[in-house]
Amino acid sequence: MTKNKVTAEQKLAIDDLVYESARRIDEDRLEEWTELFAEPCNYTITTRENYDQGLPVALMSCDSPGMLRDRVLSLRHANIFNIHLTRHVVGNVQVLEVSDGVFTVNSSYAVYQTDPEGASTLFSVGRCLDEVVEEGGEYKFRSRQVIADTWGVPILLATPI
Amino acid sequence: MSTPKANGVEAQQQWPRADLSRVPYDVYHSQEVFNLERERIFEGATWSYLALEAELPEPGTFIVSSVGDIPVVVTRDEEGEIHAVVNRCKHRGAAVCRERRGKTDGLTCVYHQWRYDLKGKLTGVPFRRGIKGQGGMPKDFKLDEHNLDALKVSCYRGLIFGTFSDETPPLEEFLGKEMIALLDRVFHKPVKVLGYNKQVVPANWKLYAENTKDPYHASLLHLFHATFGLYRSTLKGGVTLDESGMHSAIFAKKGTDDESTLGSAFSSTRFQGLEAEDTRFKLEDPSILSGPVEFDDGISTLIMYLFPSLVVQQIGNTLATRKVIPHAPDKFELYWTYFGYADDDAELEQCRVKQANLIGPAGLISMEDGEATRLVQMTLQGTEGQHSVLEMGGRGPIETVDHLVSETSIRGMWENYCRFMGYEVSHDEK
Repeated sequence: MTKNKVTAEQKLAIDDLVYESARRIDEDRLEEWTELFAEPCNYTITTRENYDQGLPVALMSCDSPGMLRDRVLSLRHANIFNIHLTRHVVGNVQVLEVSDGVFTVNSSYAVYQTDPEGASTLFSVGRCLDEVVEEGGEYKFRSRQVIADTWGVPILLATPI
Repeated sequence: MSTPKANGVEAQQQWPRADLSRVPYDVYHSQEVFNLERERIFEGATWSYLALEAELPEPGTFIVSSVGDIPVVVTRDEEGEIHAVVNRCKHRGAAVCRERRGKTDGLTCVYHQWRYDLKGKLTGVPFRRGIKGQGGMPKDFKLDEHNLDALKVSCYRGLIFGTFSDETPPLEEFLGKEMIALLDRVFHKPVKVLGYNKQVVPANWKLYAENTKDPYHASLLHLFHATFGLYRSTLKGGVTLDESGMHSAIFAKKGTDDESTLGSAFSSTRFQGLEAEDTRFKLEDPSILSGPVEFDDGISTLIMYLFPSLVVQQIGNTLATRKVIPHAPDKFELYWTYFGYADDDAELEQCRVKQANLIGPAGLISMEDGEATRLVQMTLQGTEGQHSVLEMGGRGPIETVDHLVSETSIRGMWENYCRFMGYEVSHDEK
């Protein structure tokens, strides 16, 4: 249960941000996806294996909006990876805490990948631990920590989760 | 070539070409070859990397590992000595260790509670004398005839290796003085683990071995790397081999080329029509590439492949071991252990963590290897009698080279592979 009261309106806006992030990635609108982050921001994909042991190395970690945009630019122009479609299934969105205008939000995800032959496989399952803030009337991620239960990455990880 | 039988019947045909410049595609997808590799390479006269000593910080700690695909538990006993045993109960074969790491005073099989000490010695069997005179083990049952299968263990500079064979040469001899010198460089002081990652790739493990012995692909496949000057084929560098040619180390020195050589570095078809300037990205936040120079030899990239299955890397300030674990002819696992030095300050550790974006399963300069090896594996159907071609750098002697446009070290691996596998190499030049 939430320690501080969250209004229905706020909860709707937070839900919408979490779902919007998934949709922009699934629709391969990664440049627009980076716009969902505040300045400054943090985005990391770590694994439960490392997280639970308190080990700092992540799969992907961006500690500034510029670094996040660099990652997308590199995916677009530099990196070679398995051709795939991405599909998020997101749920259990819950505001855990509100403090000084920062909403701590937890959600669960499953990401499926579909290859060019039409075969779909579960790529990753885990949770997101977010810090959401309101910036100029919009809700944005100040921090998004993806904690993947699936710590054995199938093939490679290119597209953000 | 025809596949040899695991019962000892040798290949009917020879490995093609005396210069090892052809690799029969069979070796990447035959189950028989895979089984024979387990017997002759992983259970043979080789040292397999198991773990870092830093992962077993105190008596009673253990960690799971493997030799090839054979599950192993590595322990540190009460006296501080390191042991490695096969993770398989001598009773009915269940895994005796279910956790990946931890601390314990012994290994107990959950199935029937057979108990082993940290050396793998069987210390107890429940109901050994039966209950009320009924049942129990035979009177001549001896605990010491049922110890866990133990490996011979040898450590060098904090790296733990194991072998099943009595014929394996001493570890330092097996690695050779050239590789020892490079391990001395990377492991010049105690390390600490910063994290793990694992990648499961639908490809044969040897495709990855070839990949990490091949400097030719680096500036062509890994464009992020090339573009930011951490590594280009025009950089000063080379490939160092040990005397046998089974191990190799690719190294490159950052900042050793100039604008006049960039044209040739970017001459691949992917860049045709593009000016070199256009192919270089401008990072909004270049902090990902910044870090102190830690080694005074100027080497910015070092990738060692220690046959059969260990990569040791230094790329900038990132340090890691990568253990290559074969699971099936068409599936290997790459297990990354990232480390820093025990005396790193917070700033240096943060720098290693940030640069870790470059490597690993999502690495900006390493993710492509998973795809490249997969692309080879997916085309292997119907390739009987066909082979790949290794001629970059010529077909001459297999030796250390002082440039990065070479596949010589891959031929060196195959020469040794044939030796371990008992394959006769053709005397034919063509």
